[in-house]
Formats: sequence, structure tokens, C-alpha cells
Amino acid sequence: MADLSSNFLGIKSPNPFWLASGPPADKAYNVNRAFEAGWGGVSWKTLGEDPHIVNVNGPRYTSMMSNDRRVIGFNNIELITDRPFQVNLEEMRQVKRDWPDRALVASVMFPMNEASWAKLVPIIEDAGVDGFELNFGCPHGMSERGMGAAVGQVPEYIKQATEWCKKYATTPVIVKLTPNITDVLYPAEACLEGGADAVSLINTINSIMRVDYDNLTMFPTTGDMGSHGGYCGEAVKPIALHMVAEIARNEKTKNLPISGIGGVTTWKDAVDFIALGASNVQVCTAAMVYGFKIIEDMKTGLSNFLDEKGMNSVQELVGKAVPSVTDWKYLNLNHIDKAVIDQDKCIKCGRCHIVCEDTSHQAIEYSNNGGDRVFTVNDDECVGCNLCVSVCPVVDCISMVAMTSGTDPRTGKAISPKASDWTTHPNNPLKVS
Amino acid sequence: MNDNNLTNEAMNIKPHRLSKQEIEDNFTDLHAPLSAIEALIEADRCYFCYDAPCTKACPSDIDVPGFIQSIQSDNLTGAADKILTENIFGGMCARDCPTEELCQQACVRNDHEEKPVEIGLLQRYATDSVLNNGVQLFSREEDTGKSIAVVGAGPAGISCAHRLAVLGHKITVYEAKDKLGGLNEYGIAAYKTTNDFAQQELAYILDIGGITIKTGMQLGKQINLEDLQQQYDAVFLGCGLATVNQLNLDNENISGVIDAVEYIANLRQTSNKDELMVGKNIVVIGGGMTAIDIAVQSKLLGAEQVTIAYRRSKNIMAASEYEQALAKKHDVQIQYNVSPKRLLSADSNVTAMEFDIMQSQNDGSLMASGENITLKADVIFKAIGQKLVTEGLIKNNSLQLKKGRIVVDEHRKTSLTKVWAGGDCVLDGNNLTVSAVQDGKLAAISINETLTQGA
Repeated sequence: MADLSSNFLGIKSPNPFWLASGPPADKAYNVNRAFEAGWGGVSWKTLGEDPHIVNVNGPRYTSMMSNDRRVIGFNNIELITDRPFQVNLEEMRQVKRDWPDRALVASVMFPMNEASWAKLVPIIEDAGVDGFELNFGCPHGMSERGMGAAVGQVPEYIKQATEWCKKYATTPVIVKLTPNITDVLYPAEACLEGGADAVSLINTINSIMRVDYDNLTMFPTTGDMGSHGGYCGEAVKPIALHMVAEIARNEKTKNLPISGIGGVTTWKDAVDFIALGASNVQVCTAAMVYGFKIIEDMKTGLSNFLDEKGMNSVQELVGKAVPSVTDWKYLNLNHIDKAVIDQDKCIKCGRCHIVCEDTSHQAIEYSNNGGDRVFTVNDDECVGCNLCVSVCPVVDCISMVAMTSGTDPRTGKAISPKASDWTTHPNNPLKVS
Repeated sequence: MNDNNLTNEAMNIKPHRLSKQEIEDNFTDLHAPLSAIEALIEADRCYFCYDAPCTKACPSDIDVPGFIQSIQSDNLTGAADKILTENIFGGMCARDCPTEELCQQACVRNDHEEKPVEIGLLQRYATDSVLNNGVQLFSREEDTGKSIAVVGAGPAGISCAHRLAVLGHKITVYEAKDKLGGLNEYGIAAYKTTNDFAQQELAYILDIGGITIKTGMQLGKQINLEDLQQQYDAVFLGCGLATVNQLNLDNENISGVIDAVEYIANLRQTSNKDELMVGKNIVVIGGGMTAIDIAVQSKLLGAEQVTIAYRRSKNIMAASEYEQALAKKHDVQIQYNVSPKRLLSADSNVTAMEFDIMQSQNDGSLMASGENITLKADVIFKAIGQKLVTEGLIKNNSLQLKKGRIVVDEHRKTSLTKVWAGGDCVLDGNNLTVSAVQDGKLAAISINETLTQGA
């Protein structure tokens, strides 16, 4: 059995699955249940200055569902903790005392003045927390008050607040980033400059779920009006993975530890984040959709996967896929893939044909001889775009197979064993000679 | 033949074999309708195939992936419109089509996980939504001044009448029976069309107006084809097969030997199924849908032993594998390769039937093997096919018939200039509701083209 134990910035936990700061980590009752279920750690629901904020008493969450009611995306307008600072602190102190082997990080969100940080950071640390997570990500409500994403969208503020926290904390400081920016490297580098020990990402994405089709208002509303929320859940994972990978492969930030967040629902999602550079993962929506028990499969699934890969620890997986991520301009333009349909597996639905015919390269031909439906790839037209694979309902029925010799019938050009990319391509006005 | 043949309590023929409640429970929907969430989940299973095999397999050309996509998006009116535009009896066809041989047999999911999309149930879900809510999807075009006679108010006739009415023509439907609907009303197994659905559907169809109904009008009696040809711009014959084939055995008229279609009609019309006279040991002669229907329904009414006796082999049986399985599920025995030889009786009541055991020859013909089998029976149901009544049809004119059916071209036009025909009365029909509806639709399109040419 592979070792799932995690040591993130010196913060130890029995596994790399932490509950992310959010509704499931709101109070001792929930966190105790999470730890009983087996979660490795928790980033406690974000603390703020007293007087504590208030939440709406109406819909705080909405989901985007498939027709069979599977939750695909999730929206949330809940703010940071709506309980007094001291109540949270005492509960955190007790939980850490009861669960010394689990990670307990304090998520915090304070105004942009040093005095607040100077006063509150030491008090929180005194409760026994293992570290801090600076919430520079919440995109709703708090950002209207100059906190959360309002800080995370300004690299200078990130740097400043990180410096303040580092100044008064003795435990590690993680900065949680908002995805509501143009290029995640600016905030990530600001974290580094401010002295952050790690970054965590992503927080939620600005979102409105839909309209109410009866009333033609946005949906949901609190009474008559609604406000945008933060989007999360499975649907956001690809956005998060991209941002994690960007930080992991950026020269300046490549050694900055990352805690991966955004749609982690199963152990496979954790593999995605870890292989693309995260050292651990945090989970919120999946717990809110399925309850804490999902941790059991996450742990055994990841452990079994590591065993299959011959890896002894999670650490061995960290960043494994990062070297495969590059800029488009470095992709090998001499590489030629062609779609190949396994006729034995094909169920003749024709989805590959119609999408290729209507929207792509007219490379999948259809014949129907007295009801005998056959779909075949025309290599003369196939550009290897993978659209057919992307819509095929049958597992492993269509695959992309690389041509290694001969001539590409589409272009008439010989297959070159030599890689060549855009940087030297004759059509590139800025090519390097 | 009628109920009067079934009055002999001593011969084990009696009502109330099951309680009223048991019979009610037995005759609920064979396939319960889908709930909204079931429909959404099932609709999600559709792959929206290109040049969809299910649509190709549908005799009435319904765009199956199209209507399922509309169910998926909660556009039930759009879904129903796609169905009913091609097949105005989409509701009944959703209930009684042999989908296992048509659309659902063609579903590519059969190759994927051997479980086709439940197209029939989805079609019912979509059509129920407009029928139950009275959403009228059709309106009539401007009056053309043309009038057309339709003979027979079954699926073929009403399908034709509806399409013509939509196109602005005036229609008069002549129906021999008291109620409209043809086999939808009098023939289809009761558990396939519950809650008086046939009449509900007809009310919806006729709601567009322009269709005058005349009941009690039988060809050869109150009306005849020649008069109709003179009175109307066109005539559509959807008169079905109004009489049944006989065994042609010597003592066929003894008590207990009954036409299945007659009994089924009574079963469909009675409001107290528990009052129906039901035999203890029943033998059904035949191999088609009617044989299955009477056998299964006899079981549901409480008959103890029901055997279908079919003279050919299992794979030639007209009833589908699915229907045969349905019969077996209801504990109906099926005896293949047996041909009726003679009826045994006591006091003019049937007591048993003797059969020749048949052997198929290389040329497909049947030959008696010389061995016999006798099946005990207090009721024998004859379900060996129906035939066209030609009175009022062929007198003094030249309507072409072949094998006792009306010959039509691909537009459902007969040999007579102003006469079209469709449904069970035409040659090469497959006796399915859906095909009758398609016949009516195609004839209406052809009639409209003919009447408006040069207009």
C-alpha cells in the first residue's frame, strides 16, 4: 500500500485530502464528522473581524444538473463565517486538541490595514492552528467590501497582505487565489514576493446560474433580487488545472508549493491536480453534494493508483505531468494523427460522422447498404482533431493513431521523424531563423 | 357469434372467475407511463444517431431522435408536434406498436448494452402531455371547397380525414359501428389502452373541425362506393376487414366455438369485465397478435388453462418473439405445428379439439405427420385472420382486388380514379395501427395533390 501521508509545508496529515474552507468547514460539529470520516485536514471556514458578517436566509446554493440529477456545477453566495470570532477560535482550539494528527489551517480575510493582521494573526495562532490560508478569492459579497477577490485581483495588495501575515505568523502562510483574473502568474508571483509559503487555487468563479423561466428573473433570488455567486464543482476543474499547471511550470513560481482546489470529486481528480503540480488537494463541493463519506473512495482509489504505478508515496506523483505542458508554439507540427475506428466496437450511431461533416473536416464517411451502416475515416481529409473521439459513446472505439512513416494523404507530405514547431515555421512572421 | 354461446356453467364457462378488483388490477397499463424524471433520464440515453435507424424503422417516419431531444430540453409541445405531425395517432401507437420489432429493435443501444432506448414510452410521455392538457397543435387551412368521403373511422380513415381537414377540405366519415376508432376502440388489448384512451385521442384529433361523422353507415347497406364516388370529390376506403375467417369444420357452430375479435370487442366495451363469461380450459387457434391478445386476456380474466394452437413453427409465427414471451409470461401455453382436425363435443358443447401434428416440407408446405394431439377445451377461440367484406365495394365497378384485399399504389391510390384506400383492407398491409395511420396520411397527401392540381 502506497503511503498517503502528507507533509505540506511541514503541516502533516494522514492523507492529502483536506476539506477546503467553505460551508462544510464552518464549525466543530461538521469538522469532527469530517475527521471521523477520515479527512486528512481542514481549512476552517474563513475568519473575519468582529462584528461577524451576516448571510442571506434564502437560497445560498444552486446546482447545474444533468437530466438524471447529477450535479455538474455548483454556485454559492454564502459569505465567510457568520459566527463570532471567539466562538470559532475556541472550537478550533478544541478540534486541534482532539485531532492532533489532522491538519487544521485557519482561513482568514481581514481588511487592508496592518493593524488588523497584527492583532488577529497571533491570537489565531495561539489557538493551535497549523498555518494560515489567506482568502483572496471569494468573488461575491466580501469583494464588494474590498476583501476576498478584490485583493486577489491586485498583485500589489496580495503582496502587501501576505507580508503582513508573514510578519506576525510563525506558522506557514498559504495564499488562496481567485481565478477571476486574466493571468494567474501575476498574483502567484506577488505571493512569492510577499513571502508566501504556498498558494492554493482556485477559489470560485463569478457566476449566474440561469434565469427563472416563469418569472424571467435571474435564478435563484433572495426575494425579488439575486446576486452573482461563485461557481465551483466538477465543471470548473479544467480551469483550475490550467492555472495550477501554469504556476507549476513558470520559472519564477515552479518551486512554490501548491494546494490544488477546484472540482475535486474523486481520486482521479486528485491525480490530475497532483500530477500537474499540486502537493495536496482541497475539497468542498463534492462533500456538499455527497457527504463526507466520499473520502473513503478517494483514499483507496489514490492508494491503489499509486500502487499500480509503482509509486510509494503521493510525493512521487507530484508534478509528474508538468513537463508535458508547454506553449502551443512548441507543439510538433510534423506530428500526424489519424482517427481509426474499431469497426468491431462501433455501434453505428454516426455521431462521429455528423459532427465531422457539419462542424469539422468531412473526414468520416457514411455508407448504408440496405441498413448495413458503416462509418469510415477518410485519411485524405482527417486532421486528427479528436472531435470524433470526443463525442463517441463507446469506450476506446475511435482512437488517434500517429503516422510514423510514409506520406500524409491529406497534405501529400512525407512524415518527418524530426520535430518542428511554430517558432521556425515559414508561415510565422516572427520565426527564429 | 356472441356472448350467448358462452352460457354453460356445467361446461366450466362462467363469470366472476376473479374478483372485480383482481380483474381491474390485471387490466392496468401493460407498461406504466414514465414519470417526468424517468422520461428525462431515458431521453438522456438517446445518442441522436445520424440518419437514425429508429426513424428508418418507423412505418410512419417519426423523427425519433428529434422528439427525444425535445423531451430532453423540457420542450414537450415541440416533442409532441414532431410525433403528431407524422402520426396523428402517435399516442395510440406509443401504446400498441410492436416497438421491439420496429424502432427499438433498430436502436444502436442494442449493440452497446442490449437495452434500447424506451422509444415507445417516451413517445407516450410526449403525446400524453398535449392530449392531457388539451394543447391543440393543428389548425385548418382556408376552405378549399372540396369534400371527401372517408369510409371507416379506424386509424387509417381518421388519419386521412385529419390530414385532409388540416389542408382545408371538408370530410365526411362513414362508420358502420356506433363508436369511432375501429380496432383502437374494439380490438387492441385492453391493457395496452386503458382509461378510454382511444376516445380521448379521437376527441383531440377531431377537435380541429371540418370532419363530419356519420355512424351506423355500413358499406353495402346504408352506403356504397358508387354513390360516394358521385357525391364526393374523392373517397378514402379505410373499412378494415369486417369479417373473420372460419375453420371450415363440420360442427363449427357448436356452443363454445367463438370468434376472438368478437369476444375482444365485447371485452373492450364492457364496463364490468368480471361479468364476462370465461372458460376454464381455453384453446386459441391462430398465430397472430389476435391470438396472443385473446389468450393473455383470457388468462387475466381468470381462465385456468389457455393454449395457443398454431399450425406452423415458432419462427414463422406472426406474433413477435416479444408477444410470444408476453403470452408465456402469463402462463399461456403455445403449441406449435398443430393443425385443427375436428371438434369434439357433448350435448352440442365443445369439449376438446383434435389436431394433426404437422411437419414442414422442404418447399415450405405443411404435411400431416399422421400423429394427432387432442386438447381439452370448453372454449375455442378462432383467431385465424379476418377478411374484407366486398359488399358495396365492387358491385358494378372495377375496384381491383388481389388476395381478397384492395390493390393500391405507393400513394395508396386504388384502380379507381377518385378512390384511395389504406389500413387493413389493402394488399400488403402489415395489420399494424402505425401502418394504417401512415396509409391514411399518404392517401391524404395524394388526394390533396390531386384535388388542388391546377387550382
